[in-house]
Amino acid sequence: MSDLPLLEVEDLGVNFRSEGRIVEAVKGASFTLRRGETLSLVGESGSGKSTAAMSIMQLLPYPIASHPTGSIRLDGLELVGADDRTMRRVRGHRIALVPQEPLTSLNPLHTIDRQIVESIRLHQPGIAREAALARTLELLKLVGLRDAENRIKSYPHELSGGQRQRVMIAMALANEPDLLIADEPTTALDVTVQAQVLDLLQSLQKKLGMAMLLITHDLGIVRKMAERVCVMTDGVIVEAGRTAEVFDNPQHAYTKKLLDAEPRGRPLPVAEDVPVVVGADDLKVHFPIKGWFGKPRAFVKAVDGVSLRIRRGKTLGVVGESGSGKSTMGLALLRLIRSQGGISFGDERIDGRNTRDMRSLRSRMQIVFQDPFASLSPRLTIAQIIEEGLISYRPDLDRTARRQAVRQMLDEVGLRGNILDRYPHEFSGGQRQRIAIARAIILKPEFVVLDEPTSALDMSVQGQIVDLLRDLQEKHGLTYLFISHDLKVVRALAHDVVVMKDGQIVEHGPAHQIFESASSTYTKDLISAAFHLRARDAVAVAVTT
Amino acid sequence: MNAEAPAIAPADEPAVRFFRVTPLTRRRWANFRAHKRGYWSLWIFITLYLVSLCAELVANDRPLLVWHDGAVYAPAFKAYPETAFGGQFETEADYSDPVVQQLIARDGWAIWPIIPFGYRTIDYDTDQPLPVGPSSRHWLGTDDQGRDVLARLIYGFRLSVTFGLLLTVFSSVIGITAGAIQGFFGGWTDLLLQRAIEIFQSLPLLYLLIIVSTMVQPGFFTLMGVLLLFSWMALVRVVRAEFLRARNLEYVRAARALGLKNSKIMFKHILPNAMVATITFLPFVLNASITTLTSLDFLGFGLPRGSPSLGELLSQARNNLNAPWLGIAGFSVMAIMLSLLIFIGEAVRDAFDPRRSA
Repeated sequence: MSDLPLLEVEDLGVNFRSEGRIVEAVKGASFTLRRGETLSLVGESGSGKSTAAMSIMQLLPYPIASHPTGSIRLDGLELVGADDRTMRRVRGHRIALVPQEPLTSLNPLHTIDRQIVESIRLHQPGIAREAALARTLELLKLVGLRDAENRIKSYPHELSGGQRQRVMIAMALANEPDLLIADEPTTALDVTVQAQVLDLLQSLQKKLGMAMLLITHDLGIVRKMAERVCVMTDGVIVEAGRTAEVFDNPQHAYTKKLLDAEPRGRPLPVAEDVPVVVGADDLKVHFPIKGWFGKPRAFVKAVDGVSLRIRRGKTLGVVGESGSGKSTMGLALLRLIRSQGGISFGDERIDGRNTRDMRSLRSRMQIVFQDPFASLSPRLTIAQIIEEGLISYRPDLDRTARRQAVRQMLDEVGLRGNILDRYPHEFSGGQRQRIAIARAIILKPEFVVLDEPTSALDMSVQGQIVDLLRDLQEKHGLTYLFISHDLKVVRALAHDVVVMKDGQIVEHGPAHQIFESASSTYTKDLISAAFHLRARDAVAVAVTT
Repeated sequence: MNAEAPAIAPADEPAVRFFRVTPLTRRRWANFRAHKRGYWSLWIFITLYLVSLCAELVANDRPLLVWHDGAVYAPAFKAYPETAFGGQFETEADYSDPVVQQLIARDGWAIWPIIPFGYRTIDYDTDQPLPVGPSSRHWLGTDDQGRDVLARLIYGFRLSVTFGLLLTVFSSVIGITAGAIQGFFGGWTDLLLQRAIEIFQSLPLLYLLIIVSTMVQPGFFTLMGVLLLFSWMALVRVVRAEFLRARNLEYVRAARALGLKNSKIMFKHILPNAMVATITFLPFVLNASITTLTSLDFLGFGLPRGSPSLGELLSQARNNLNAPWLGIAGFSVMAIMLSLLIFIGEAVRDAFDPRRSA
């Protein structure tokens, strides 16, 4: 192994031309990467980290994108402005990419063996079909795809998200690249699968001696995977160095902010003997799968016999992987979708109420959704969005009084300035989530369902939203149902925790008990994956070929 | 709150605005203007329609203004008996009569419109067989009843476009409402209405109109009513699809969680977001309405006889092949009008296309 760096990026700039303006996405970025080393580019969405990585592959939309400055050298070979022939020999052969979303990166109409064989034969024209096929099988075993002999003929939709990402990694490794670029390789995956994929990447890297450029927004992943880290914001690398040093002793203000932003704190103490606000008894949500003539053939049991109690002023955290039915349960508790079983609110049973009778209760129970981009109507102004509930429930207020109330509410959620007549698209994700929270809280509800309110947000904003939610809970005595797959956030807010799997409750109890001494293996897996990024599943590290 | 609450640049906008041009609207307008052909078509069309709205001032068999015996008369707007100008009859003055013209000229003057004929005016003062070809008196000639073709075209354009616009507005209102209800409620409501529409759509419009016209003399509004029965269905599909898509979006769920009434959710939350598809469709609905009216007139099942209709002009052209000016004039106006609308429609479609930027 020579001492010369494998990849040298020097003073790289990337500009995008859009509607006559020039946007500088990357400004003067420099870093080097040696063989066998892992470097992480970390930053929030829009910081230019993916753009920097894509320019190494020269895969930006030229000529809309351009490099005003800089040079990228792979083993001394200049890549900036290299012609297509050169780049084709580099891409997939010497530099390979593991994308963020494996489903859209695989061709849905081809079996996976066909896609991997194609990649092998493209760069090794001499190889025979059979040999390529044998190599494919070998690769799939290498990435720990269980039952690879049978799965090799599968179509992408027949595999789970984690399996698809393994296939993508196998494809990337097909030609034994010198450099592997992993662009948010686990963002689309569940926590437990995320830990498995990270373990896999780490062990493969050691085994094959590749260099890895890991792009992520998750500091936990950086800490686990990377020897060195570059912190990016607004297209500039503001801090670079060994991971441990940067994390222990951050120099730049932005790095400090990023490190500070991880959700901290613990839920507020609440008395134990407060009344129950919301309860569910054997709650079921079954979606029929219709056969001929509309007769249900079978049922998808999204929620299957859930019972719970939430006491006033407390937060019940609901955790589980995607598809475990936690969001569906939240909607069912608010009677926003059809369900069976008992639901109580205060002292009343509300499961039998019709739409009109429910309307009188709506102001007392609210919901905040996951995606603040989808949950605000794009054609209404901020004032119109927030005052909507007031118009229905407070007919005594006139327009001026309503606007005053809206302004006060916005102030409370930390949005200042004259923004009442602006439209949602003018705001960032975190600001929009504050607006959505304002809409829910302005009616002074007793119970709020928070459906993954932080999942779509950048790391640095998540912490702020968690703080805001805790403040509001204290101030208004709110009762929360907090749904999240992110256990860190749940730990910062929830008094009690319910762990769901396949529509059923696996475990429930006080938060500290669940986090410290979980009894079920499923919960233990979740916790170990979320807090230590460690897969407890033995299969994940089965890189034994 | 923590100190890191995002600061928002104070806006210098007034708190209350009755009309706000959103950046989105501004971008769309820029896209529309960038579409040169559509942009100019819009202006030409607006100008033509405004001129035709003032048809009485452009083509009329009565003077715009008469100065007679120290008094001012506006015959284009008000009827005066011939006696007012010193004539003998108590009936309304016939200003094209040379006797009346002499009466006025003796003691004052008259200002005539550019085209001194209305759409009904029959020019008896000709020694050629009808229809008369283009001349300095009749710029586009006359039809086989001696009426000025240019005057009839101006009135006919106004009638066609007005008919088309009104029909479009009414069918949009009905179509959007029906589509919204179908898409929003879905399930059985959707299924039943959709089947009903399919059955209704398969009825032959033309035969129905022929039957109706044998029972009642179709006027402007009866004709519109009958056409409306069929034309509202054009928009249903589009609006229904938009509502089906939108009803499960999170902002609609949020509105439902607020306990809003269905009608409010439909028209305040979903409809504004479904308008893009609808507006894109409108110029084509307008075009179809105009074409339908013209073809009915051509077949003789349209507006009452004597109405200034483009279809009737075209049917005259077919019956008088020796008078090519009839066909050429009628064809040109139809072609220009429909092309302008298509160009505008294309530009609107491009303006609303999110993948395009100016």
